[in-house]
Amino acid sequence: MTLELFRIDDRLIHGQVVVGWGQPCALGFFVLVDDEVAGSEWEQELYRMGVPPEMELFFESVASAAGRLEAYRSDKRAGMLLTGDIATMERLVAAAPGIRAVTVGGVHHKPGRVARARYVFLTPDEEERLSALAARGVTVVAQDVPHAAAIPLDALLRGDVSQ
Amino acid sequence: MTSSERPPAIIAGHGEFAAGVRSAVEQIAGRADHFVAVSNAGLGPGEIEAELRRVVAETGARVIFTDLPAGSCTIAARRLLRDDPSLTLVTGAALPTVLSYACGCDVAKAVEQGRTAIGVVEGGR
Repeated sequence: MTLELFRIDDRLIHGQVVVGWGQPCALGFFVLVDDEVAGSEWEQELYRMGVPPEMELFFESVASAAGRLEAYRSDKRAGMLLTGDIATMERLVAAAPGIRAVTVGGVHHKPGRVARARYVFLTPDEEERLSALAARGVTVVAQDVPHAAAIPLDALLRGDVSQ
Repeated sequence: MTSSERPPAIIAGHGEFAAGVRSAVEQIAGRADHFVAVSNAGLGPGEIEAELRRVVAETGARVIFTDLPAGSCTIAARRLLRDDPSLTLVTGAALPTVLSYACGCDVAKAVEQGRTAIGVVEGGR
């Protein structure tokens, strides 16, 4: 077990993450990477209350996460790292070598975004960022819950969500 | 303030949870009009918060029931409470709690009755 799940999810800590993934995958910790949350005690307390006591929650900026990633990887527990948007994950991948797979778990509708899956809406810029991640050798898939089939990036960008 | 004088409360949660609880309250007690259902389905965190703020502004709701303590509706509701400490949030709500509130209990009593309603009945007894 180690830090093996890297998830982009605009809701950050929420039911699907804590219960949907946390329980079946026996997650022991979460790493929430967000520069704003990392600088706000109030925001941290807000998310901390959503995590049961048997799970640990760490807060990092992109810079501090890159510095501590190896320590998280050496944790014997299973863990999930979360960013709230694609740009933050892209910055983390650039700053911390060795991230081999990223899951798009939830990017919801906003003006300018186009539906690519039921839970993934992307702007052209976000699509380019995901493609750039793939070009770096990162496997990018979309998957909201563990029992759902992972959608490969090329199918996601085509809007082919039947698989 | 009697229950009939209270502003509607909000039920917020995943999928059709809120609409389902509201429907059950109507079937049992005929008091669906005491509640407004909000679903987080398809909504980002900012949209959930905006929807809760809209409903509070339109209805004067003072109480928000949510399903999961870790859920996005709960996170959004807590952001409302930061700005308006007179609001009350009940997490982990289920039908017995909401029904008790619908029938006139205050929040504390409704929560107590909701806890009491949880039980395990083992087969063969």
